[in-house]
This record gives sequence, structure tokens and C-alpha cells, in this order.
Amino acid sequence: MSARVAVVTFPGSNCDADLRHAVALFGMDPVAVWHKETTLPRVDAVLLPGGFSYGDYLRCGAIARFSPVMADVVAFAGRGGPVLGVCNGFQILTECGLVPGVLLRNEGLTFQCRDVNLRVEGRETPFTRDLVGQTLRLPIAHAEGNWFADPETVARVEGEGQVCFRYLGNPNGSLHDIAGVSNTRGNVVGLMPHPERYVEASLGGVDGSGVFRSLAASVGNPPIGANA
Amino acid sequence: MRARVYVTLKPGVHDPAGKAVQGGLVSMGYEEVRGVRIGKFFEMELADDAKDPKARIEEMCRKLLANTVIESFRVELL
Repeated sequence: MSARVAVVTFPGSNCDADLRHAVALFGMDPVAVWHKETTLPRVDAVLLPGGFSYGDYLRCGAIARFSPVMADVVAFAGRGGPVLGVCNGFQILTECGLVPGVLLRNEGLTFQCRDVNLRVEGRETPFTRDLVGQTLRLPIAHAEGNWFADPETVARVEGEGQVCFRYLGNPNGSLHDIAGVSNTRGNVVGLMPHPERYVEASLGGVDGSGVFRSLAASVGNPPIGANA
Repeated sequence: MRARVYVTLKPGVHDPAGKAVQGGLVSMGYEEVRGVRIGKFFEMELADDAKDPKARIEEMCRKLLANTVIESFRVELL
């Protein structure tokens, strides 16, 4: 039976359909979840999409963090369930405290919309199985991707192998070129680049495929080739 | 009852937008401007019989108005 993967839609999300497409492409069942739901349906993983939830008012992700469904997402993460936040989803995860740090305005102040190269590193997570050590080319599209934390947190994140994705060529001023981090347990991952946008050659690249293939393997989905 | 809340960046947190404003001021001829840090200011209207307003607003700050990883806050009751 295929794994069921929730994709939460907040008001202002705009990458939710892309995530559901990528999930389906790798043989899993995407489950659309509206942020007003008070409980998650029975699912094997939860994905938080990119976009501009609540218009990025106050701080990116600050208000989405209090959407009704998020209490159950935090509980799911607490039980060890795999949770991935992409771009605005990453910002929401930092506001929840599920992953360390915050995402500040880009150092150059400009919205960065282009491809970047990343190295996958750190401990293995449900989203980076068999990817550690690889270099990926993925698109970014953000104005607030400048990862920041106090020096003790940075040292801890580095020491515990929680840096999952590191820029090769820093686009936004993020500390230690960090593009994505996990929690200490490794089941929650946030990253600024968009793996869901590069899952088919016709989209411009396939380097995002490994993230979804990893997830499929992690949640016990029968392996499939997809057309990557 | 009214309250004012100031949310400001902690020392050591980069403020690229503040730096850009400083650069703008200097280029306008205000060369004495050595630094600009941008914060947020909230004016709040509370029920007159609100209980423990200061403690409650501080709780609001910790939960939503400020991200205490990077920001501090100050509450004034009027």
C-alpha cells in the first residue's frame, strides 16, 4: 500500500500543488490538508510548502505557526514522524521551534530567484537517505533565507550533524552557508531550496528527486523508478 | 487601557535592511549616522478591566509578537 503524505495548505501557500505532484510522482499518495483542520488525517509524513503564508505579516511563518493544524503537526513531529518544510515551510518550522535558528532578510536585500548548488551532509534523515555527500542543483526563490542563530546554537547544530544542506556559493548571507537543517532527532528537516521544482527533466532538472525517493524509502513505500 | 510594545533586534543580529537605511541616510548627507537598527512598534487597545495586562502582553510577545531567538521586547502600559 502506498504511503500517505500530508501537504498542508496555508492561506498564501503557493508550492502546495507542486509538492503534491512530486509526492505522487514517486508513488506516494498526497493528502491535501487545509490549515484550519484541527487534526491531521492518518499519514506517514507531513510536508509544509513554500509561499507567503498570511502575507508574511509580522515575520515569515509567524502566524501560520498558530494555524489550527499546526498543534497536531508538532505532536506528529514529537512522535518521530517525518516532517519537511520547504522555503516558507522552513520558516514556519523555525517559528515553531521544531528546527533551530531563524531566517532573516537576505544580506543583499534582494529576492533571490535562481539555481544554487548544494552539498548534502550531516546525519541521514528521512529526506536525505543515500544523498549524503552528493551535490545537488536546486532552485531558490526567497527574500528571507539568511539562516541565523546564536554562536552556541550554531556550534551545536554543526557538532550534532544537523546541517543537512549547505550552499556551495552563498546566495543570502546565511551563517556557515547553511541552506537546510534538521532537529536533533533528525526527523524534521527544513530547507530554503525547492526540491519539488526539480523532479522532472522538463521542469529544468531532476536533482530534487532524491529527496522524495528518500522519503518513499523511509516510509516503506515500494521503490519505483519514477521518470527521473 | 492602552499599551505600547517595542520589539527590537538583539545585539549581534544582522540587520541588512537597517544597514541599507543607514547607507541611504549617509548618501543624503547625514554622515553622522553610524548605525540604524529597524524594530517594530505596536499600539495595543485592551479591555479596561483586563487582568494582569503587563504579564499577559509579555506572554503575547514571547508567543507571537517577538521571535526571542533574535528579538527583545519592552512593554509600556499607558
